[in-house]
Amino acid sequence: MTSHLHQTGEVLLALTAAPLAAPLFTGWIAQCRAWMQNRSAPPLMQPYRMLRKLFQKEVALATDASPLFRVTPYVLFGTMVLAAAIIPSVATGLPFAQVADAIALIGLFATARMFMALAAMDVGTAFGTLGARREMMVGFLAEPALLMVLFNTFLLSGSTALPRLVETYRAHPSLIEPSLLFAAVAFLMVLLAENARIPIDNPATHLELTMIHEAMLLEYSARHLALMEWAASLKLFNYACIGFALFLPWGIATRTTSNGLGLVIAVAALAGKLIVAGAVLAVIETLSAKLRIFRAPEFLATAFILAVLGLLVHLLLGGQA
Amino acid sequence: MAHSSHLLAQLLDLFAAGLLLLSFAMLSERRTQRLVTLFAWQGAVLFASTLLVAYSAALREVYYSAALTLVLKVIVLPWILLRLIRRLGAEWDSELLVNIPVTMLLGLGLVIFAFGLAQPISTLATTITRNTLGIALAVILLAFLMMITRRKAITQVVGFLAMENGLFFAATSATYGMPMVIELGIALDVLVGMLILGVFFFQIREQFDSLDLQHMETLKED
Amino acid sequence: MKLAHSMVDFILVRPEGCLYCILLLLLSWLVLGVGGLVRPHRTGYIAHLLFPLGAVVSLGVALVAATALVRGPLPQTLTLPLGLPDLPFHLRLDPLSAFFLLLLGLAGVGISIFAAGYFRSGAGTAPGLLCLQYHVFLASMASVILADDAYFFMVAWETMALSSYFLVTSQHRIPEIRRAGFLYLLMAHLGAICILLCFGVLQGGSWQFTFDAMRRSTLTPTWATAAFLLALCGFGAKAGLVPLHVWLPEAHPAAPSPVSAVMSGLMLKTAVYGMLRVNFDLLHVGLWWWGMLTLAMGLFTAMFGAIFAATQTDMKRLLAYSSIENIGLIFTGIGLAVLFQTGNLHLFAALALTAALVHALNHAFFKSLLFLATGSVLHATKQRSLGKLGGLIRRMPWVAGLALIGTLAIAGLPPLNGFVSEWLLLQSFLFTPQIPHAFINMLVPLGAAALALTAALAAYVMVKFYGVIFLGQHREASLVQAHDANWLERLGLAWLALGCIVLGLVPEFALRAAGKVTNTLLGQSVAPSRAWWIAPVSWQQASYSGLWLLAGIVVVVGITFVLVRSLVHGWMRRTPAWDCGYRWQTFRMQDTAEGFGQPIRHMFEPFFRTERDLPAPSDSAPRYRVQIEDRIWRAFYLPVARGVQRVAETIGGLQGGRLAVYLLYSFLTLVSLLIYVLWV
Repeated sequence: MTSHLHQTGEVLLALTAAPLAAPLFTGWIAQCRAWMQNRSAPPLMQPYRMLRKLFQKEVALATDASPLFRVTPYVLFGTMVLAAAIIPSVATGLPFAQVADAIALIGLFATARMFMALAAMDVGTAFGTLGARREMMVGFLAEPALLMVLFNTFLLSGSTALPRLVETYRAHPSLIEPSLLFAAVAFLMVLLAENARIPIDNPATHLELTMIHEAMLLEYSARHLALMEWAASLKLFNYACIGFALFLPWGIATRTTSNGLGLVIAVAALAGKLIVAGAVLAVIETLSAKLRIFRAPEFLATAFILAVLGLLVHLLLGGQA
Repeated sequence: MAHSSHLLAQLLDLFAAGLLLLSFAMLSERRTQRLVTLFAWQGAVLFASTLLVAYSAALREVYYSAALTLVLKVIVLPWILLRLIRRLGAEWDSELLVNIPVTMLLGLGLVIFAFGLAQPISTLATTITRNTLGIALAVILLAFLMMITRRKAITQVVGFLAMENGLFFAATSATYGMPMVIELGIALDVLVGMLILGVFFFQIREQFDSLDLQHMETLKED
Repeated sequence: MKLAHSMVDFILVRPEGCLYCILLLLLSWLVLGVGGLVRPHRTGYIAHLLFPLGAVVSLGVALVAATALVRGPLPQTLTLPLGLPDLPFHLRLDPLSAFFLLLLGLAGVGISIFAAGYFRSGAGTAPGLLCLQYHVFLASMASVILADDAYFFMVAWETMALSSYFLVTSQHRIPEIRRAGFLYLLMAHLGAICILLCFGVLQGGSWQFTFDAMRRSTLTPTWATAAFLLALCGFGAKAGLVPLHVWLPEAHPAAPSPVSAVMSGLMLKTAVYGMLRVNFDLLHVGLWWWGMLTLAMGLFTAMFGAIFAATQTDMKRLLAYSSIENIGLIFTGIGLAVLFQTGNLHLFAALALTAALVHALNHAFFKSLLFLATGSVLHATKQRSLGKLGGLIRRMPWVAGLALIGTLAIAGLPPLNGFVSEWLLLQSFLFTPQIPHAFINMLVPLGAAALALTAALAAYVMVKFYGVIFLGQHREASLVQAHDANWLERLGLAWLALGCIVLGLVPEFALRAAGKVTNTLLGQSVAPSRAWWIAPVSWQQASYSGLWLLAGIVVVVGITFVLVRSLVHGWMRRTPAWDCGYRWQTFRMQDTAEGFGQPIRHMFEPFFRTERDLPAPSDSAPRYRVQIEDRIWRAFYLPVARGVQRVAETIGGLQGGRLAVYLLYSFLTLVSLLIYVLWV
């Protein structure tokens, strides 16, 4: 009985922890950006306040919107929360861990993207369809690069299941592995592209013709918009956690260390990594300019080439782990 | 000792990978000033790796070789090139012959080719750096590709120098460096070549009012 | 009851029981077809009796094939006394044919039910004649799968080509459709010649054309290569591999929608079956570069299909190019399997082959579903061009909902079935660095990137397809009167959608069926797992469960919905769409099909041949027109056609027309023969 309770508790914790923490990460990045741009920073809790404000409003739904439009925010939120429960952000023994490996995780993100694009096309305005088209274009260019990154990590650990990856790294720590370095840079570039950050897209823009991700949110309001924004910050959180699991797995509680102390250390390590990652993202965003839309393929091609270079270097240098 | 040699080998692999990365970055860089900076960084990485080889093999000539690399490739040549660029006003490269993603894919093909070629050769070498012969070959080929796909004369010179970098790295990885005489001879050749090319650039600019190599095509007989 | 019991006993106990049963079912298809000829114009009787019976027969075929795979003693053989005196028909039921019969039967049920609601009297062929052609088509495809000797195979193949030709040219009064049918017949026969020559090489000197004799014969590597290349050309022409694909985008749109579904979902798979049969069963020696060639052609075909699909403006042409892309993926899996097998990595070869087989099964379901949905749309709106559709989700909710399932499946999204086969294919690519060959183990992993690019591009294409047809605003005023599909059409669509969902959530059945096939062909199968949770190589390496994913998503969505509705109010009002301050927003401001494909056209320019008509500033009636053509058509086919015509004209010079010249020919022949007799 208690083990069932324990398991249900674990499941609930896995499902609720990430949605509660993700807006904090977004808030931290906004603060760092403000500091770098010499502005006064918004408070750390600002994203939560915005969500609360949005939930209290009344939904203004377009007359032509179909049920697909209304269902999409929930589907998006659901996929992102599930993905957060699968990624080993604090521990490798999560209940949902074996449901999907890394490739299935990418597929889950692709499902979310497709639903968002379809919903954007639903109302039939110019900007929604434009945003859908651009988002799908960035998506289809980023997937090969992401897959090559996974290839690199697969070659080093023999598995595409993220918990197994983490455990292999912890068991055989390699000091400096060139292929992982290349893969890490490629992953960072893909992260910027998929989460609509500068240099691919400006999350704070108001000019519709320059929007990619924001254009798809133009039609949403109130609780739907709240769920979509929450899902977007969850997506960034998930990508950051995947990056940590692939390249910086120190601190994650493995099977041997999943007692209370191990979990506390894991949470503290994750918080520390997120703080540093948020600062790094803010620095990158402040120092780069947004690219023209048709320079985005070059950006993603560079990420792809980097990942493939990492793969080739690993194959040539004999796979010294 | 074994642990430290393992660490050394890993560091050398890291430097080799950095060299390859810099070659790719040079392949896709449009501004000539940044290109020269990348070339200087390539020289620095080369210096570091030569130093490491000298330390692990405990050979004095390689130390001298490393010092020569530092002086020539990190300090003197980039300074000459930057001065040339400023005086010629050649800050930007015009449109590349082939666009960047295709150039990168070609570069990737060359890398695979070089790696496949180097695998049987590297089993014959006896140095600590034998795995990196493939990377050295790839650097040479990538520099050659850069020379082919560019239009401004300055970038072709940088490509030629990068090729020489690759040759140097190949020599270090296969045989612990070349005899000192050859090394000094090559260094002198490179220096003199730079000076002569500098003179040529001024001639080209006077003749055609631009350093775009397309204008040289008008020199053919019709 | 006792009859059913004795029938089941018959199937299970008698050694060739399954085969006899299938033969009986094929005959009943033919009977149904002939039955359509009795009253060719009585739509009610044909639609409500014959086609549903055909669906029942289809289901029977699927059940018997499943029984054979699970329990029945395989292989079973039979010799029919039909055919020529020395060449009787040999039939054989082994795991490979049982798998493809299962595919045929299951998808055929849905298509036949839909066709029952679809065919009506109108211009073109009478429904009774269509019934005959349709059932002969299905029966000939099953015969191709069952054939065990070259003669029966070619007879069934020809019947398949001819019956499908008549089906494609159902509306023969329209010239484009006649042209498309002619091209289709031409390419089908070119392929058939290659296949015939391949069988000729395979018999290896024994002059026995049964497959058993071919299995026993041994060929030198040169002749084996010749046979492989001929098979690749022949079956590739039928499957639609680039550059032999040119008939596909013409024939599929020209045919009525159920026929397009059968051709895309089932007929292309018979070509895959033929390739598998020749390569793994009849040719038991393999060379590594065969695998590389198939892999390269498959990947190129997949990318080509996806890129062209993104720029189409006709909904059925888009789906035809998408079929080309999926066939490319299947051949990629086959090429990988050959490559792994020649490198002695049998487990990974089994994984790659399983991926190819499961993808063939999945494609039969979701492609048929999408083609049938376009049939409903065509019926309701009379429009085929994407520029005149839009917003149909409000008028045709059933078709839109079921087509959404098909769209999500074909885009390869979890938890539906398209993702399972793509996941398996990607997993098999992950093992390619272990191939013991210097350059190959560095080149082939890059194929994984091409595969990921194609898969993501397929998602792009499907967003365009679904978004432009069903979402947005009506692009024509007449679309307001569109009506939803009738109950038979809905049933057919629902069956196929259910198949997509079941195969996605419980993929282990498909994997086990494919495992039986790979056991026979390669000697190994992927690791068995639980029904809803697959781990083909090992649990440590990777695992996936579609069911748990769906359960997780549903639980979270449910909890969120309940929480949001209970903690926050549920107020909502309808307003006009956001127009950014511009009051005169119309339906013309949403994206068109060309617009949606523009990024792809821009990025992949060298692939296309574009003709543009741009309006000048002084035009009183400005028009913008873009036409995108296949480069292969102009670069390859037209010069070949011109060459053939020139040769034909030269030979035609022999036909002078004068009687004296013809008599001279016979005289010269007689004289030369007499000289030959004299000298020898």
